[in-house]
Amino acid sequence: MIVRLMGEGQYRVDDSLQERLNELDDRAGAALEANDETELDKTLDEMFELVRREGEQLADDDLSTSDTVIPPSDTTLEEARQLMSQEGYIPDLAAI
Amino acid sequence: MAGLMSRTSTLVKAWISKLLGQAEDPSVTLDYSYERQREQLQNVKRGVADVVTAKKRLELQTSKLEQEVVKLESQARQAVGAGREDLARTALERKALAQQQLQGLDQQASGLEQQQQKLTGAERRLAAKVEAFRTQKEVIKAQYSAAEAQVKITEAASGIGEEMADTGLAIERAREKTEDMQARAAAVEELVEAGTLEDFTSSSDQLDRELAQISAGTQVEDELARMKKEVGSGAEQKELKS
Repeated sequence: MIVRLMGEGQYRVDDSLQERLNELDDRAGAALEANDETELDKTLDEMFELVRREGEQLADDDLSTSDTVIPPSDTTLEEARQLMSQEGYIPDLAAI
Repeated sequence: MAGLMSRTSTLVKAWISKLLGQAEDPSVTLDYSYERQREQLQNVKRGVADVVTAKKRLELQTSKLEQEVVKLESQARQAVGAGREDLARTALERKALAQQQLQGLDQQASGLEQQQQKLTGAERRLAAKVEAFRTQKEVIKAQYSAAEAQVKITEAASGIGEEMADTGLAIERAREKTEDMQARAAAVEELVEAGTLEDFTSSSDQLDRELAQISAGTQVEDELARMKKEVGSGAEQKELKS
């Protein structure tokens, strides 16, 4: 499967990685609920490291879409909350 | 509660379908969508350039403020030399305040540096994908039936859309960080302009005036003492002669 690390690009990883990513994702969610910025930071870093270590980076001109997208590793608690809210937080490029 | 990962994936997918939904029949608008991608790439390049410019401006501002801190230190020293502990204390208090702010700015600046590097990478990836789309659209036009072309185009456009969503977010975050830093720098500058710090550094400022008065005063006293001595010894000599 293909995983996108937001801000870093896409990686092709073995499907079996999904389970470990899900575990870490649960931990990130728990950290968010507990307002624990340090733990959130650490968990996202671990997710990024896992994908980098186990995966193979896609070429820049590869047009594949990703199966899973991991938010930026330096996402703050506030940004994570926005992300989980109704509006989400991906801006339109036309507005840039 | 859904995890951050699945939520982000869902958001990106929704973003892409919104993007693709805006296009009419993609096979008819193939060249048009390529043009739009190029326009958006230009937006991204401008966005990245804006962040770089803002970062440079902040660096200048920060180094200017660092100079102010040095000035405050030397003025505090002058005040101590003049026996004005009260003035020295005020100068040092303001120096500490400015230093605290600067420290915060330094930390943020290093974060901004990382984001800038990521943005450069994102811009490179997006440019490569837009170029790949250009090549692919010619192949699609030449080789596929309308129905197949539709599927292929949607796939390719989705891949680009995902990169655009990522890049858009990266620019937005870098911009927010930059604005936050600008607000901090402006707060320090405001202190300077409101006369809190500037008072110590401009030539017409209060502390300078006081210090000038002190040193002028000292000079007057010194000269007076010297004159008294000269005149006094002259008078003594006169006395001796008479």
